[in-house]
Amino acid sequence: MTPSRESRRACKHLLAGLLGPSGPEVTCEDCFANLDVYVERELAGDGADVLVPGMRAHLEGCPACAEEHDSLRDLIARDTGGRI
Amino acid sequence: MGNLAASGRPTNVRVMEEAPPVRSVDREVEGRRWIAALRGAGAEREVAAAMLHALLLRAARFELHRRRAALAGAGRETIDDLAMQSADDALSAILSKLDSYRFESRFTTWAYKFAILEAAVRTRRRAWEQRELPIDPQDWSGLPAPALDPVEDVEIRERMRAIVRAIQTELSPHQREVLSALVIAEVPIDVLAERLGTTRGALYKTLHDARRKLRTSIGADDDALT
Repeated sequence: MTPSRESRRACKHLLAGLLGPSGPEVTCEDCFANLDVYVERELAGDGADVLVPGMRAHLEGCPACAEEHDSLRDLIARDTGGRI
Repeated sequence: MGNLAASGRPTNVRVMEEAPPVRSVDREVEGRRWIAALRGAGAEREVAAAMLHALLLRAARFELHRRRAALAGAGRETIDDLAMQSADDALSAILSKLDSYRFESRFTTWAYKFAILEAAVRTRRRAWEQRELPIDPQDWSGLPAPALDPVEDVEIRERMRAIVRAIQTELSPHQREVLSALVIAEVPIDVLAERLGTTRGALYKTLHDARRKLRTSIGADDDALT
């Protein structure tokens, strides 16, 4: 990656962190409360974002919740071979 | 509880850790078996709690392994302790929150999230335990600004200048402090919550409100440039 492209990417990452997601998002509490259902629907390709509106935006805006989401998704995917 | 375990020996922790959860049992039937056993009495409850603890320990180890870079310098014994503490606390949380399980996911998926949370929080706190929190920079003109092309990236530079102005004029000192720590210094939100004596949810609300103010101030109603 060229220095310029890398700088632009870093700058966009910073802007994203400062401005956060544009749409409505759930709270950290609601995120945790729905995480299990969301992950299973996500792995099943079964309308996770319809079931829990605002979840995707929150995961974009909250790195801690995103880490926990990714871990749960990968753990369940590993256990089930991705077949929920 | 026998139907929940892939093994016929549910108290054998080693076997449980290596065995994946049963997948053929209907979600609700499986969930109700877990709930009934964990609310039961005597040996049935003990066996169920031991089985669940073994699964939580496995989930905690999975999370700690993923975050091993943040645990650099931690020996195997320390990591084992962190996993055990995470599983213990997750089990306590689950037993006190059985009423909140709604049978909408598999019981084990619902339970795993508690172990992952506990292990993730412990990892982030440990990574920051020797580090001071950053001080609010006050003068945000020094905001880290990666070297951009003066011609090609004019739009991004303009947006960054507008945001800096809005940070200094629109946000409260507390909002600036939280924004600085979480976004600029990338302090994990639960670490910051612990140091400031507040909750993760309250801090995120502060961050969310600050972001809304910034978006409104600079007229960023969409995701352009972000």
